[in-house]
Amino acid sequence: MSKVLKCHVGIGQKVRGRAMVASDNFSARYDLDRIKGVFSRPAHKLYGQSYVDRILVLNTAKGGVASAWMLHEMKSRGMAPLAILFNQTNTILAQGAALAGISLCDGFEAGDITQIIHDGDELSVDPESGVVEILGTDTD
Amino acid sequence: MRLTEEEKAMAAGEIGQPIKWAMEHMIQVGRQFDAQDLVTVSQAHMMGDPESLGPAGVDFLEGLVSNGGKVCIPMITDPRGVDLSYYKELGQTEEMASLERRLIAACRALGILMTNTCINYQTISAPVLRDHVAFGDTGVVIYSNSVLGARSNFEGGPSALASGLTGRTPRYGLHLDAKRQGTMRFTIKNQPKDLTDWGILGGIVGRLAGSYWQVPVIEGVENTPTSDDMKHFGAAMASYGSVPLFHIVGVTPEAPNLAAVFSGTPPATRTIVEEDYRSFKEVFDARGSKVDVVVFAAPQLSLLEMSTLAQLLDDRRIHSKTAMIVCTSPSVAADCDRMGLTQRIEDSGAKVLRGTCFYQQFAREMGEANGWRRLLSNSTKIVNIISGYGYQPSLASMEQCVESAIKGEIV
Repeated sequence: MSKVLKCHVGIGQKVRGRAMVASDNFSARYDLDRIKGVFSRPAHKLYGQSYVDRILVLNTAKGGVASAWMLHEMKSRGMAPLAILFNQTNTILAQGAALAGISLCDGFEAGDITQIIHDGDELSVDPESGVVEILGTDTD
Repeated sequence: MRLTEEEKAMAAGEIGQPIKWAMEHMIQVGRQFDAQDLVTVSQAHMMGDPESLGPAGVDFLEGLVSNGGKVCIPMITDPRGVDLSYYKELGQTEEMASLERRLIAACRALGILMTNTCINYQTISAPVLRDHVAFGDTGVVIYSNSVLGARSNFEGGPSALASGLTGRTPRYGLHLDAKRQGTMRFTIKNQPKDLTDWGILGGIVGRLAGSYWQVPVIEGVENTPTSDDMKHFGAAMASYGSVPLFHIVGVTPEAPNLAAVFSGTPPATRTIVEEDYRSFKEVFDARGSKVDVVVFAAPQLSLLEMSTLAQLLDDRRIHSKTAMIVCTSPSVAADCDRMGLTQRIEDSGAKVLRGTCFYQQFAREMGEANGWRRLLSNSTKIVNIISGYGYQPSLASMEQCVESAIKGEIV
């Protein structure tokens, strides 16, 4: 049974894909090996995992401004996440998503999405309407 | 979002494609943060190294150039990724250098001034109180907001560029009085003693704040900090917490007293004691380990830091198996050349790079080409960033960094 999560109106197109979830934060510069398409920062909860074409579900954005260019660069090589959902975004990731054409949403009414959405869940993300739908659960 | 008639024409493409792109970008970002309108800005500062842009980003800039794009306000740049006078020696490739050359050519054609610095507030044109600007580099933004009282969000390269092209930015976040009020309160019980201590303190506060939307207010600072102290403090706080603004009561211009930054009853304070510094630093402690590269960067060194470093290195030689990289701005480097500081630093075996910053220089490839794993720095910011690039970072004071470079192992 699907579950509908309301959020702030976001950036980008409607997409559908599988969630990759961690109660952690995100920076393309600090956390990723963008050539290999994996999380490369040893301290990150998603260390070693491929983020390509996944819907990242994380707490917030961190670190510097580089992610604003990097998302666009990653997308150009087909090595980008499909979408990013945050509890709360910072300015940089929103700007980067806008340039890259990667869907991004934040500000969920139901609370902490890193607890509500599970790794592997099938999601539909509609930034224009401010709606994320959990279509199916991969776990339990 | 409310737009003026002129802005509507800009958004409709009546003044060309680059302006249309810039308006669409700002409207999209503004909507995300509930901006009601645009605000004019006096300057823009763009982060844009070739590693971050990649060929796709450079193509994008060249597209703006071929469509007649020109900035309409003073616009300057953050450090480059390649020092074109010294890159083969670092194991950087021709491909990296040629991408950098294309990027520079495109920026120049757009009318951007290639200042290549993340310390523009110390070297180029410091903004003033209540000055709306569109700055990139988090260290630049947090310093300008906090120490100078200017008003900027973290602007990534594309957004800074949109502001440069239009002279505007969406009015949200730190352009609004309400978002500049304090949200957290800290009391310092252990006074920072040097730049590294200030960096650690910034890292502690940043980690506890942990969000762009928190505004830490700090009390208990007994001695007026220097510009370089504030530079390291802010850069580390922004790096660890993505925090763009802090207030220090009695020091920074918007916080003459506690009441000025908290409406109503201030929140309970969190004290920061010596143990906090110790435990923060502990994970970066690798005394006795061989050190591959000592880096002074992030932020670029001021003239005063360059002078201190020259004094520490006078008549000394760094270890043959250890490299030392010193990053400063082109204008500071020119002053250092004239004053003999560059020579004194480089006589030790260190290398001064002009207009770059280590972590923006294809750090992964550079590390692999040189066999650099163990990196030592006095910058709390760089030791936070660099582990994702495959380095093992350690943190020490500038003096300890120099002694370690001479011995070839961390002292």
